[in-house]
Amino acid sequence: MLLLNCPYCNLSCEETEFQAGGQAHLKRQSVGSSDQEFESYLFARKNPKGVHFERWQHVNGCGKWFHIARSTVTLEIFGSYSAQTLSPPKQIRVNINKKLPEWRWESSK
Amino acid sequence: MKRYSSFAIVREAFRNHSGWKKAWESPIPKKKYDVVIVGAGGHGLATAYYLGKNHGITNVAVLEKGWLGGGNTGRNTTIIRSNYLQDPSAAIYEKSRSLYENLSQDLNYNLMFSPRGVMMLAQTEHEVRGYKRTAMANALQGVPTEYISPEKVKELCPIINISGPRYPVLGALWQARGGTARHDAVAWGYARKCSDMGMHILQQKEVTSIISKNGRIGGVATTGGDILCDKLCIVVAGHSGALAEMGGFRLPLESVALQALVSEPIKPVMDVVVMANTVHGYMSQSDKGEMVIGGGADGYNNYTQRGSFHHIEETVRSLVETFPMISRLKMLRQWGGIVDMTGDRSPIISKTPLENCFINCGWGTGGFKAIPGSGWATAEMVASGEAGPLASPFSLNRFKEGRFIDESVAAGVAH
Ligand SMILES: Cc1cc2nc3c(=O)[nH]c(=O)nc-3n(C[C@H](O)[C@H](O)[C@H](O)COP(=O)(O)OP(=O)(O)OC[C@H]3O[C@@H](n4cnc5c(N)ncnc54)[C@H](O)[C@@H]3O)c2cc1C
Ligand SMILES: [Zn+2]
Repeated sequence: MLLLNCPYCNLSCEETEFQAGGQAHLKRQSVGSSDQEFESYLFARKNPKGVHFERWQHVNGCGKWFHIARSTVTLEIFGSYSAQTLSPPKQIRVNINKKLPEWRWESSK
Repeated sequence: MKRYSSFAIVREAFRNHSGWKKAWESPIPKKKYDVVIVGAGGHGLATAYYLGKNHGITNVAVLEKGWLGGGNTGRNTTIIRSNYLQDPSAAIYEKSRSLYENLSQDLNYNLMFSPRGVMMLAQTEHEVRGYKRTAMANALQGVPTEYISPEKVKELCPIINISGPRYPVLGALWQARGGTARHDAVAWGYARKCSDMGMHILQQKEVTSIISKNGRIGGVATTGGDILCDKLCIVVAGHSGALAEMGGFRLPLESVALQALVSEPIKPVMDVVVMANTVHGYMSQSDKGEMVIGGGADGYNNYTQRGSFHHIEETVRSLVETFPMISRLKMLRQWGGIVDMTGDRSPIISKTPLENCFINCGWGTGGFKAIPGSGWATAEMVASGEAGPLASPFSLNRFKEGRFIDESVAAGVAH
């Protein structure tokens, strides 16, 4: 069972209070985008064996969406943060680098 | 290779079983093969087998990071059926199911294929309509299935509570020639035949990078050194994303954990497979007497082969409602596998952006049943360089073209 921290409620709660919403920081495509851009926005996923940035919703709590950074190999969570951002905040990157010094943020295209 | 037969058993009984040979060899790798297959699960081994059997290509290596059949092929709940909705699915799953009918004879290996019948319970009005529609689609596709009444459900499986408090059984989609098979035996049977044809099954060789030149495949680097090849076929289920990254492309896939569990063995209580999609659980009884139970997949990406405990709790809770007699059963074991889920819940059998590099993945929660048919179709694609009629609808291009093969209803519960 994962223990997640909702940055809005500022509470640590069990996974059953939340719902996973897939890869975070996708660039939304719209009118004028090419087929290729739509395909990668809608379907292509990083699905990394390692650090994953993902969306979660506090469904059985405040109802808000937020982001977390989590390892898909150890299930360790590096922190949660507001969804109103295009990239993970500095503190999250520092937390990850403490464990994984080699790791670097690459924005998803 | 010595044939397995009842005569062989008698003969060996008289000489202390000293004459049994190894089922497959562990040879020294060659520098180069015509075809290298990554992943010795059912789909990888079946692809190798049909490359040899149907296309005469036997200079083949199958690379496996662990032991053969140790991925999802050795972790699944072995349901075999072909009652899907869309025509391309019906074609490949029914091809597969029909190959299972004679596969033990073909491989000279007892797969314990047991076409005991599979029923998918309809427990909401929505499901009643959905399954009636599927039964009609199946009739057009030539896949024998039938929509049956709650009374018939009770007759086929007396331990079901059809008047359940929350979700009474309103009917079911019944496929009489669906069933189960021994999962390890499928991997072992294919491996034995591949080895017999002179193919190399190389275990504990993890592929760590893909070697390519000018967009064309050259080979792979493994934990046991580089291996070159003319054609590469990636068949690694939950790890497809990692292999795609090595090849420099992305896939429309997410890897999540799916779990299953078995109870202590009990006397025979059910001789069919029952799936309850609304409450997310399914159950069958193994020949050893254990109740084999599966449920839903986790919602988040995961590579640990360990799922969330609450999912097991939910699965068992809902099954107790449908099968009240299991409420006192003790569960013996529980495990997980990493399944590769696509958006439309259909697999990918396709060329990739790298020339001469092919991929078979996306079987998600339901690919055990598809092993023979998928191997057949993938071998055809690898041998000729182009997907044949069974495989072509499942190309990667379908996501760009919006040509989905939507099986989210048929695949409703993970199986
Ligand atoms: C709990 C559970 C229940 C299921 N129940 C059913 C069911 O009832 N019916 C059904 O039809 N399907 C079911 N499935 C789905 C089914 O198990 C899979 O779709 C199928 O087994 C996939 O086979 P595969 O050969 O593609 O993958 P796998 O058997 O997983 O084989 C892939 C292999 O690739 C290897 N590999 C990975 N990375 C590398 C690398 N870098 N180098 C070398 N080798 C590598 C792995 O070690 C593995 O052995 C279930 C799955 C699970 C987990
Ligand atoms: Zn909250």
